Amino acid sequence: MMSAVAATVSIGGRPSWSTRVARTSLVFAALMVLVWLLVLPLIAIFAEAFRQGAAFFWAAIRQPDSIAAVRLTLTVAAIAVPLNLVFGLAAAWVMTHFAFRGKALLGALIDLPFSVSPVVAGMMLILVYGKYGWLGAWLEAHGMQVIFALPGLVLATVFVTLPFVARELIPLMQSQGSEQEEAALTLGAGGWQIFFRVTLPRVRWALLYGVLLCNARAMGEFGAVYVVSGHLRGLTNTLPLQVDQLYDENFSAAFAVASLLALLTVLTLGIKRLLEWRHGGELRRQY
Amino acid sequence: MTRHVLPGFRLSAGYTLAVLGSCVLLPLAALLWTACELGPAGWWAQVGTRRVLASLRLSFGAALLAATIDVLLGLLVAWVLVRYRFAFRRVCDALVDLPFALPTAVAGIALTALYAPNGWLGSRLAPLGIDVAYTRLGVLLAMVFVGLPFVVRTLQPVLESMESDLEEAAYTLGASPLQRFFRVVLPPLLPTLLTGYALALARAIGEYGSVVFISGNRLFRTEIAPYLIVQKIDSQYDYRGAAALGAVMLAASLMLLVAMAWLQRWTRRWAVLR
Repeated sequence: MMSAVAATVSIGGRPSWSTRVARTSLVFAALMVLVWLLVLPLIAIFAEAFRQGAAFFWAAIRQPDSIAAVRLTLTVAAIAVPLNLVFGLAAAWVMTHFAFRGKALLGALIDLPFSVSPVVAGMMLILVYGKYGWLGAWLEAHGMQVIFALPGLVLATVFVTLPFVARELIPLMQSQGSEQEEAALTLGAGGWQIFFRVTLPRVRWALLYGVLLCNARAMGEFGAVYVVSGHLRGLTNTLPLQVDQLYDENFSAAFAVASLLALLTVLTLGIKRLLEWRHGGELRRQY
Repeated sequence: MTRHVLPGFRLSAGYTLAVLGSCVLLPLAALLWTACELGPAGWWAQVGTRRVLASLRLSFGAALLAATIDVLLGLLVAWVLVRYRFAFRRVCDALVDLPFALPTAVAGIALTALYAPNGWLGSRLAPLGIDVAYTRLGVLLAMVFVGLPFVVRTLQPVLESMESDLEEAAYTLGASPLQRFFRVVLPPLLPTLLTGYALALARAIGEYGSVVFISGNRLFRTEIAPYLIVQKIDSQYDYRGAAALGAVMLAASLMLLVAMAWLQRWTRRWAVLR
């Protein structure tokens, strides 16, 4: 990493005046890009949130609709994230310990949700689970509502966050191979014993990393959830949807609620950095 | 049937397929079915309208431009973060992930607040005759925002692993800094830059939350394609129209996916050659 810097120094002794000017201006330009594109929007959220004072901020956050939105967001994440955690583990177990036909296709399918527009994802779910969708009549006959209700929000969230855990675990488990699991098997360990005592401890940090990113996206998803929620205030509004609805009525209140999500983002990025710093070798940096 | 050494194949494969089936495969099939049912003429009747074509032109045009800008800005940021040591470098590095982690709706209203005519930046740009909020420039800006980290994060590991001996050799042979950059550094980065470009492009085309607030959704002018899909579903209950447009978006993302897989193979071959 340092080699380039060292190279210039070793070739020419002290870097020349023009090299230093070029370097400083490049750093300055990059900093300007980051401040302009990333820092300013982040500051703007908190500035707008507190523009009308702390009392207003608290009132906006503590109004019943906002609290209902917080509760719904937590509920959706509490269902969708564990579902994806298990999915990631199961998919990684299948993909790394077995050879079977269609493996490449399965891998491609696991990655697919990241390249589909969230809005298109939500629309596809309506085509299946909506009132006039494939399963609509059957679901209605059995008294189940998926779209415009909690199950739809969970499905949409699972869709957009599906690859996070699997993508993190598959390369790691691939590089670790199956030898230790097979050794445990010959020593008489059962399937669950192998999983909990051999596999899981070796992938725990990568698992945590995947879950962290999955959770951040689950709580912040907008497009896919927007389409399937019907945005019924106090009923099917998650936090991002509440932000959207408040935005048209009460600018500062929208930013107050948005600042909660921004806080979650900053927290997530902090933990992410910590994990990368402590356990970087086991992690595959994701987006 | 193949015999497997380790247990748990049926259970884990079963759960994987159940989730994939209910969340991904069935919905995908439903979209393809609905789009195919329309037939070419029916499809064109939905997609060929002035409003839809204008939105597609904006979505793809702005995304192409935004990804290009992202490659330029991302190369600068990645280069500086990898090659130079300066104050707050770690903070800057962590900050690059912000557009990944910040909920899109939050990013959208933040950008709008900044660039609205009475916002911090908007009020300063207005006297210069530059309107960002509620124009196509705003759409472009939001797309640049969401795409930047893709370029930086794909470039960083490659830049870190790049040996500087070629640069040194070029230096001793009398190459100028610009020559060294364009003739020595840039060519091996090309596949990586293209991968970053494709990732940023894919994200920008499908992006909804960050864009719809700052775009203002003006008819024929600043409506993006995902916004029209939402409109068709939300207020017109026009699922076939939405599916027709959704099929176009899906086809674009699948094509990009294939292009990226191909790029990755190219990158790997390049790495072996080096």
